[in-house]
Parts: sequence; structure tokens; C-alpha cells
Amino acid sequence: MTGYVLESAQVVLALVLAPGLVGLVRWMKARLQGRRGAPIWQPYLELRKLFAKQVVVSENASWIFHVAPFGVFVTAVAVTLLLPLLTVPLPLDPAGDLLAVVYLLLLGTFFLALAGLDPGSAFGGMGSSREMTVAALAEPTVALAIFALALGAGSTNLGQIVARTLADPLAVISPGHLLGFAALFIVMLAETGRLPVDNPATHLELTMIHEAMVLEYSGRYLALIEWAAALKLLVFFTLLGNLFIPWGVATTLTPASLLMAAGALLVKLVVLAGAVAVLETRVAKLRLFRVPELISASFVLGLLAVTSSFLLR
Amino acid sequence: MTSLLAVAHQLLGVAASGYAVGVLAALAARGTAGRALTAAGALAGATATLALGLWCLGTGATPALELPWLPLTGMALRIDGLSAFFLVVVGLTGAAAAVYGFGYTAHEGARYSLRLLGATLNLLLLSLTIQVIADNALTFLLTWEVMSLAAYVLVLTEHDHAGTVRAANWYLGVTHAGFAALVAAFLLLSAGDPAMSFEGMRAAVLPSPVRDTVFVLALLGFGAKAGIVPLHVWLPMAHPVAPSHVSALMSGVVIKMGVYGLLRISLDLLGGGPAWWGGVVLGAGVLSALLGVLYALMEHDLKRLLAYHSVENVGIIFMGIGAGLMFHSYGLPALATLGLVAGLYHTLNHACFKGLLFLGAGSVLQATSTRNMEELGGLIRRMPRTALCFLVGSAAISALPPLNGFVSEWLVFQALLGGAAIPQPEVTLAMPLAVAMLALTSGLAVACFVKAFGITFLALPRSAAAAVAREAPPTMQLGMAILALTCLALGVGAFLVVPALGVAIAGLGGLPATAVRFSLDISGGISGAPGEMSPALMAVGLIVLGGVTWIALRLLADRRLRVGETWGCGRVGQTPRMEYTATAFAEPLRRVFAEVYRPTEDLSIDFHPASKYFVQSIEYRSEIHPWFERRLYAPALRLVRMVAHRARALQAGSVHLYLAYMMVALLVLLVAARWPQ
Repeated sequence: MTGYVLESAQVVLALVLAPGLVGLVRWMKARLQGRRGAPIWQPYLELRKLFAKQVVVSENASWIFHVAPFGVFVTAVAVTLLLPLLTVPLPLDPAGDLLAVVYLLLLGTFFLALAGLDPGSAFGGMGSSREMTVAALAEPTVALAIFALALGAGSTNLGQIVARTLADPLAVISPGHLLGFAALFIVMLAETGRLPVDNPATHLELTMIHEAMVLEYSGRYLALIEWAAALKLLVFFTLLGNLFIPWGVATTLTPASLLMAAGALLVKLVVLAGAVAVLETRVAKLRLFRVPELISASFVLGLLAVTSSFLLR
Repeated sequence: MTSLLAVAHQLLGVAASGYAVGVLAALAARGTAGRALTAAGALAGATATLALGLWCLGTGATPALELPWLPLTGMALRIDGLSAFFLVVVGLTGAAAAVYGFGYTAHEGARYSLRLLGATLNLLLLSLTIQVIADNALTFLLTWEVMSLAAYVLVLTEHDHAGTVRAANWYLGVTHAGFAALVAAFLLLSAGDPAMSFEGMRAAVLPSPVRDTVFVLALLGFGAKAGIVPLHVWLPMAHPVAPSHVSALMSGVVIKMGVYGLLRISLDLLGGGPAWWGGVVLGAGVLSALLGVLYALMEHDLKRLLAYHSVENVGIIFMGIGAGLMFHSYGLPALATLGLVAGLYHTLNHACFKGLLFLGAGSVLQATSTRNMEELGGLIRRMPRTALCFLVGSAAISALPPLNGFVSEWLVFQALLGGAAIPQPEVTLAMPLAVAMLALTSGLAVACFVKAFGITFLALPRSAAAAVAREAPPTMQLGMAILALTCLALGVGAFLVVPALGVAIAGLGGLPATAVRFSLDISGGISGAPGEMSPALMAVGLIVLGGVTWIALRLLADRRLRVGETWGCGRVGQTPRMEYTATAFAEPLRRVFAEVYRPTEDLSIDFHPASKYFVQSIEYRSEIHPWFERRLYAPALRLVRMVAHRARALQAGSVHLYLAYMMVALLVLLVAARWPQ
């Protein structure tokens, strides 16, 4: 019973943390660019504003337009239910493994891409087309990263992977692990729409991918989508942090270990946010047709990760 | 025991008589009553087939029947687990297609012969039913040929269209080349046994080169039927031109007979073999999956797109089966069962969602008279129920949770991940590549179906035909709804389906039944699989979360909604010309995979005569021709024509020469018959 209560608390924690994470990345970027930047809690204010605003729906849109924000948000929350945020093992662990996480996120992308095509604008179609290209090309790398992790842990379930790495601390610095981390980091940039793949701050039609799909959304629908995007960033950061470097993840349900788990999680999120902020400041956005080259590089890293995991078993 | 067999015999009798009624009604009766009776006959037969398959899977009975209706060997029928499973596949798709067909053919009486269509459809279903329960080679080959010919006649239904005859001829040619390979394979297998029974083939001990030859011949023959690259060229030609419920049957069931045959011969009759058998099947599967989805991405003909996706999904099925065969040869029974279960589950799922998608495409075709996506759009408002069914089918084929496509692809992934247990390093290192290619295929399939559904159903209509489309008649909607609900049920009810598949696999190739241990609880974990997941829990979770979110939004967020114009940067008015097109949607992927596609591009710009800076018109043409026909088939056909041309010299037209041929042949035969002495 406490396990389920804790799991619900984890979801609430994720929902609360996610906009703050986005705000942190933006604030760090601003500071690195010599600006003062909006405060870290700015995304919360934006969400509050959006939830209070009226929704404007295109006259060409169908029910897909109304359902898609729920689809994206619900799948992102469902993924956080499976995520080893603070503790392992989770009571809902047998309900889904890493493959299920990937496909649930793909379900959200599916609905969002359809919603981009629904109002009949060229922006939305372009955004959908580009988003599906990037998502499709990133899939093999994700699969290889999962393979590399599953080889070591003997299972694709997240709780098992974390538990296995906790039991064998030296596995963290094994080449397979490090290469898998690098591959998944690049995929994270692609899937969450960060530079150099997509600019989350732009509204120029030639440079948008995610923003183009959601151009028609407003009000509470846009709030759900923005929140879901922030949750996706949190999910990827947690996967990178807690799967590859699981120190701090609580295996028992005592208050001390939970506090330490929360602290470790915050530290990892801040470090990863800093890394992303530095990268976004240093690197320019790639032309769309150069993005497959970046993803191929991550694919090769993933392949090397799996090969080295095999050879060093 | 006898009562179980009696029920099975009765169901078989009902099925056969249902089809017979269908054939007779199609040939004899006229008008709406005739069509209804034909459809009812097919529906009754298909439902009885489905019931028979479920009955045998559920009770574990293996009824056998011997009928003296065929010369030489008689007709031997036997229903084991594998046959029962494929009876379920046939029955399910056949029932939905029969119901749908009644509405689909309502107004087509003027264009083609409904009597021939109805009769051949029932004959096809009958031959499919008998084929999976055949227990000797002659029965199998005979029903195989009847099935191929029935499908040929059905493909030729709309023979007044331009490409139909060519498509049907290609289909006939490839299927008969495969048939020749199958005859050779069965002759080698029966090794002199005059009854050519499967039981005798199982018991026979053949030398290893003969077994390898039989396997290769079987792979060629059944691969041609299943549509494995490079034997797939007939699929994108034949499936689009057939009537839509026939396309659904062909894509859903007929090509699965190739899967059935391959499993029957390689695992059951030959009892498994060396690892390279599984490796070749796996490799062919990977190739078909990738090339199928890549060519599907570039298609704008809705039914050709679906046909290429059939190639892709058959590739995924072969991946599961190849993995299973490989594990079997390495002596890993739990993983072998996992791979085979994954392949069979995907067979059933593909029959469901591909059938559903073809029926949906048929509704669209009937409502708008066009299959070209670039002329459609906005159909979600005109045909809401068709759109919903097509959406379910698209989500299922894209392997999105919690539908059935996700479950079977997850199982194939788990089977491939289990490849880490194989003792040979060079084989184990190839498994990650297979996993990566499967993931790429899956991602590209999602992209393709976002395009297919989005361009066809969403936004504004791109032509007058799409603007006046009407919803499909109720029987067509019912046919689609049956399959859509089945997709959902097969996804959420995976914990019920997997044990049934285990029953189907048990005993084949010496796979011990005890290796088939499946947890019957709701988590759906499989022994030997490195992972657990539960689509039922996921479905419940998604629904609950959706409800909670919706309630929270109603209570806490602003509820106002206003309808306005689509944002257009200040332009006045919106026309369908401003929407994204299917070509544009697929263009980034076309650029990425340009080396595979080798598109030809032709650009001509007309300038104003007075100045080069004013463009009057631009014409752009780009074509993608799959290179199989040009590079593989054209040289082969040229060779055949050359050989035939040379052979014409033998037929000089002189009767004396022919008499001399006969005398020489007779002498040679006499000498050869007496030579061993």
C-alpha cells in the first residue's frame, strides 16, 4: 500500500518539478548569454496564465485536435508512473518496461503529429513531417541503448536495470555504459526538441519542429502540451541520470533514504540541465537535413555500446 | 474424447456447408437476396471455422479425418495446434470480409460480375480452411493451387481497368513459380512414400543436403506467397486492384499461408535444422521489413501503401519465426517458443489490423472513387465512423500501446533481445542490428501512418470528390467495427492469447510442452523473456489518467472555447492548396533515404519571353521506381525468353521430326528403365 502511495507521490513530484526544470534550463542559458533571464519559476506562471485563458480552435479542426493534448499529457504522466524517480522497485514495475516507455512516448507524438495536420495549416504539416522524421530516425538508437542496458541487467524492466547497476557499482564506468549514455544523450536532444536539433525558443517557420505542430493551440490545451513537453524533458533526464548513474536511488522506504534520493535526483537534474544549457549556448541549430547525420553518429555510439557490452561480459 | 471430436467434426461440416451455400447462392440467386445469401454463407462458414479453431485450441483436441475423395492418396485432414490457430486467423478475417462485402458490392453489379465474385470468394475461404488442416502433400498442394487460382480470379474482378490484367499476370507467374518449388519440396520430403502423408514425412530420416534443399525450396515457395523481398513484386500490384474486402482477405490471410507452410515444413515435418535456416529467415525478414516500409512511405495510393506495409509486416513475422528457429537449433526451447509465439501473434494481429485498414480504404474508395491521398482530406467530418476505425487500425499497425500491434512487436523485440544467450559470438553480434532495424521499421511505420491518416482524413478536402463523400453503409461499418474491437481485445487481452499460442506451438519440432509456461496473471510475462509488461494495466492506466485530467481541467481551468480561423500569417481566406501534401510530408525521409530510392527528378521552368526573371510556369516531376523489376526480374525474364526462343528451333513443324523425337524418347526411357540391371 505504501508503495502505491509513494508512486502517486512520485508522479505529483514529477508534475511539480517539470516546469521548474524547463525554467532552470532557460535561466542558465540566459545567464550564459549575459542576460538576467526570467526567474526559474516563470514556466509555472505561464501555465497558470494559460489555464485561465480562452481556447481558440480552428474551424477546420476535428475531434483529434481536442483529444491530442490529453493524449500527449496522459502518456507523459503514464511514463512517470513507470519511472525510477526516487525508489526501486516500484509496485507498477511489471506493468511496463523501457520498451513500453518508448512506445508510450511515441503514442503521444503520434497524436501531436495528427493534431498538427488537423487545422490544415502549412506550419502544422511541416512540423508534423519533421517531427515524425526525427522521431523515426531516433528509434534505432533508443533500441540499441535499451539492448545495451538490458544485456547488463538481464531484463528490460527499469527497476531491474537500476537494481542491477546498484548492485555492481563498477558497471557505471564500463565502456558500454558510457557509450550508451552518450548515445542516449544525443537522442534526448532530438526527442525533447533541444538545440542542435530543434530550437525551443523559436517561432520562425523555417526552424520550428515541435513549436510548429502546436502553433494552433492556445489556453488550457497549450498548457497541457507545454506541461507534457516539460515532463518529457524530466523523463529523459531521469532516465539518463537514474539508469546510468543510479547512486542515490532509494531501495528501502525509510524517510532518510527518500530524502537522499530526492537530493540526488535534484543534483543530477541540475547537472544535466547545466550540460544542456551549455550545449545550447555553444552549438548552433543544425539544418534539418544534417540532423540525420547527428542521429547516425548516435546510432554508431549505440552500436559500439552494445558490442562492447557483449565483448566485455 | 469422442464428444470433443464429434463437435469438431460437426463444426467442420457446418463450415464446409456454409461455403457451399455461399457458392450456390452466388451462382444461382439474383439481386439483393442473392448477395445476402452469398454473404450469409461466407459468414456462416467463416464463423464455423473460427469456432472450430478456438474449440481445438481450447480443448486440445486433434481431430483427424480421412476422405477418399482424391485419387492416389485420398484426402487426409488433421487439426493440430498450429492448424487450429490458422483456422482462427482465416475465420476472423473471413467473417469481417463477408459482412463488409455485402455492403461493398451493393452498387457494383453493373461494373463486374457479382456472381463470380461471390462464388470465388466462398471457394477461396473453403480452400483456405481445408489447406491449414491438410495432412498429406496432395491435399495441401491441391488446395494451395485452388487458393492461388481463386485469388487470381478475384484480383481480375475489375479487369476493365488498365493495370489489373498486368497485376494479375505477375501474381499468377510468381505464385506458380513458387508452386513449382513447393511440389519439388514435397516430392523430396515424401522420399518414396506413396501416401505422401505428413506423418510419414515426420518419421522419415533424410540426409542433410536433402533437408537443406527442401528448406530452401520451401522458403522460395512459401516466401513467394508471403511476399518476402525480392519475391514481393506482385504484392503492391495485385492487392490494390482487387475489391477491398478481397484485398483484406489476401493481405490478412492468403499471404499468411506462406508463414503456415514455412512453419509446417521447417519446424514440424523437418523437425528443425541448423542455425543458418533461422538466420536466413531472420535476414529475409529484416530486409523485407525495411524495404517494405521505405517504399510504403513514398506511396500516395492508399491501397498500394497498405500493400507495401503487408510486405513490412510479413518481414516482422519472419523475424520472429527466424529467431525462434535459430533458438531451436541452439537448443534453447524457452526462447524458441518465445520467438515463434511472437511471430504467430503478429500473424494474427496483422490479419486484424491490415484487414481493418483495407476495409477502411475500401470505404474511402467507394465514397470518393479515388485511392490517391493527394485528392482526399477532411473525410473525418464526412465519414466519422470509418475515420475512427481507420485510426484504430493505424495506431495498431504503428505498434502503439495498448493495442495488439504493440504487444506482438514487443514480443519480437524480447525474442531478439534473448539472442544474447546464443553461444556463437558472430551470431549474437548480429542480433543488435536486427533489433535496431526493427526499431527503425517501427518508427518509419508510425510516420507513414501519420501521413496516411492525416492527409486522407484531416484538414480540408483537396478535391470535389472528397468534399461530397458519404459515410459507408452499415454493413461495411459493422465489418470494420468487428476488426477494430478485435484489435483492442487482442491487445488488452494478451494474457489470454499468449497461452493459446503456446498450445499452438507445443509439440512442433520436438518443442517440449513443459517449456511453454506462461504466467496467466494480468502482467503477461513470459518465461524466458527478459522483460514484463501488461497492456491491460496500461490501457486501464491511460483511461484513468485521462479521466482524472479531464475532470481536473473541467474544475480548475477556464472552460471557454471560441472557433476561429487557422493562423495564416495575415493572409485572407484559406484554401486546400495551403495544406501540406502527402509528397511534402514524406519528403524529408525521401532525402534521408535517397540512396535507397534513387528518385528521378525532372524540372522544367518556363520563363516569360521578355525577361528571365519572370517565371510563367514550373513543372516538376519525380518518380521512384523500385529497382527489383528492373534489375532482378527483367534480366530473368529476358533469359527465359531467350531460352524459349532457342527452344523454338526444336519445333520445326515437321511431323517426321516429332515422330523421331517420340521414338528417341521411347528408346531412352526403355534403356533407363532397364539400366539398373
